[in-house]
Amino acid sequence: MSTPLYSWGRFPRHPQRGHGCVWLDELPAQMDHVIGAHRSSLPYGNGRSYGDSCLAASDQVLHMRSLDRLIEADWSTGVIKAEAGITLAEVLAVAIPQGWFLPVTPGTQFATLGGAIANDVHGKNHHVRGTFGRHVLGFGLLRHGEPEVICSPDAHPDLFAASIGGLGLTGVIHWAQIQLMPIRASQIDTTTVRFANLAEFFALSAELDAGHEYSVAWVDCLARGAETGRGVFIVGDHAQYGSLDVVQRKRLSVPLTPPVSLINNVSLSAFNSLYWRLHPSQRKPGRSAYEPFFYPLDRILHWNRIYGRRGFQQYQCVVPAVNAEAAMGELLRTIAKAGQGSFLAVLKRCGDMASPGLLSFPMEGTSLALDFAQSEALEKVLFPRLDDIVRAAGGRLYPAKDAHMTGADFRRAYPAWEQLEALRDPSLMSRFWSRVIL
Amino acid sequence: MKTAVKKVLIIGATSAIASACARLWATEGSDFFLVARNVEKLQQTAADLKARGATNVTLHEMDANDIEAHPLMMGRCLTALGQIDIALIAHGTLPDQKACERDVHMALKEFANNCTSVIALLTVLAMQFETQRCGSLAIISSVAADRGRPSNYLYGSAKAAVSTYCEGLQARLFKVGVHVTTIKPGFVDTPMTQGLSLPAALLAQPAQVAQRIVKGIANKVPTLYAPGFWALIMLVIRSIPQPVFKRLNL
Repeated sequence: MSTPLYSWGRFPRHPQRGHGCVWLDELPAQMDHVIGAHRSSLPYGNGRSYGDSCLAASDQVLHMRSLDRLIEADWSTGVIKAEAGITLAEVLAVAIPQGWFLPVTPGTQFATLGGAIANDVHGKNHHVRGTFGRHVLGFGLLRHGEPEVICSPDAHPDLFAASIGGLGLTGVIHWAQIQLMPIRASQIDTTTVRFANLAEFFALSAELDAGHEYSVAWVDCLARGAETGRGVFIVGDHAQYGSLDVVQRKRLSVPLTPPVSLINNVSLSAFNSLYWRLHPSQRKPGRSAYEPFFYPLDRILHWNRIYGRRGFQQYQCVVPAVNAEAAMGELLRTIAKAGQGSFLAVLKRCGDMASPGLLSFPMEGTSLALDFAQSEALEKVLFPRLDDIVRAAGGRLYPAKDAHMTGADFRRAYPAWEQLEALRDPSLMSRFWSRVIL
Repeated sequence: MKTAVKKVLIIGATSAIASACARLWATEGSDFFLVARNVEKLQQTAADLKARGATNVTLHEMDANDIEAHPLMMGRCLTALGQIDIALIAHGTLPDQKACERDVHMALKEFANNCTSVIALLTVLAMQFETQRCGSLAIISSVAADRGRPSNYLYGSAKAAVSTYCEGLQARLFKVGVHVTTIKPGFVDTPMTQGLSLPAALLAQPAQVAQRIVKGIANKVPTLYAPGFWALIMLVIRSIPQPVFKRLNL
């Protein structure tokens, strides 16, 4: 592929040359070739990591996307084995008609299976199912110059744990076997209600999370004063009655990258206010197809282009439960004061289920995620302030979304980094890893 | 809505476009007879199709240039499938035009890959379809067949010969109720086009092209551009007068 590859945020801007990997049996030779010529590389799936964790230090990546075949599927048990470049959308397209669903799905279905493991992604059901890594039965790992290592909780448990959330550094995950979750219908039964402030969010979350599979909130990050943290709370469950449909909505597309960001204070604050007002103040039951419920932004292809040529950064942190309410209030006030932020921030309570992964992001507490158009002020002014709040609250940032965290913050928040570094394939190196550990 | 299981023969079954088509037929529970040079790749393709719902998948290792091996392949195919509902010829290579301008052996080898081997296969297949008096035959040609461009006229002339051959075959087999579809893909993001700098706006994904092909075969379309906008592009390119065309560097 000769078109350069980037990360989803298009920042930092280091064009990657993709070396296509098409057949499993040819992968070792392709790895030898790329690493031999450029000294190091990194597996790259579908480019849905936001910052620099999917960018190779050498800017020469192993492009895994064409490895998209199923290897085995047992529809009586819901266990599937597939090549690592298959996207979650492609898994759903074959699984749903058979009555199975991903046990954990992030906010985009365009991430690959390998990427979902390497970032140990989580979703709206973290409080009941934990992270993606909990549902991985095993995978094949290819380390440069070594025979394939098959990892599972029982075989090579050290490499299994290090590779879940291992950011593609322990070897190339080239196939994986996962356990799917049975569903009776592809529709989601929802309940939606808006809340006026953060305290109401925490009350709703405490009341509703335990009784529902999915729970998430959209927050108006520009609301100030007494309205700080107002938003819309949505819970959902797989419908018991319905049909098993894979209906792809017609997709819209941002056809080109405008020279400057289309997101500004006026458009943002008007949109957020309207969005909040359009939602019901009383709990309202509803029903949704799975796509708009899980993947609202996947409807618009290349939505990352609206932030212009300079790109954008996502800020996602998680703060332990004891400090969550205070820290979230402080974060939102700081963001509103700066007058920057995205169409809606995502607020989500994470549960206490441990991940098998060494460097998994979620912890019991609350997570906040929002996008910012890239500017220099971001890293000089706003992000250091937010980082101070997160650090003081004992929280951490998400490597899959990150392009700015300091090495000190990373090493403090992820003390297991040394174990991962010890198990890293010396021929694999990302721009993220070289930034935070060196 | 249970329809009878389709019997599908694919030559060049490990190519990106062919396997994307096969995935769509697999979800209907089709039976496959897959032919390609590399048996390891065939096995990986077969596993994928079975997991997606294919009923039976039979593999056959063959180099399409080995013309003496064609009748044996046909025999095995009929033993496995009983009859052929859809045959898709999808093998091919993209020659290095510049190298072929200097090396006649390379040029003729590439011509054989993309043209003579196809004509040989169509000879055997046409006889079978004439006996069957039913079924569809689809051949992957290329938009490159529509005009001889300096950048790839060897490939273009091979595909042009295939297209013209198919047009004749279409008329011959129509009389016995067999349909022939000539498929002309544009730029598709496949291993074959890797390393070429193709305009991103025109580059289609194999899955997208496959959807159009599978639908086109079902609807008995005679010539199918994939994606569809290539019909318009090629209309414009075909209408450029020769005195102007020869001055362009397309």
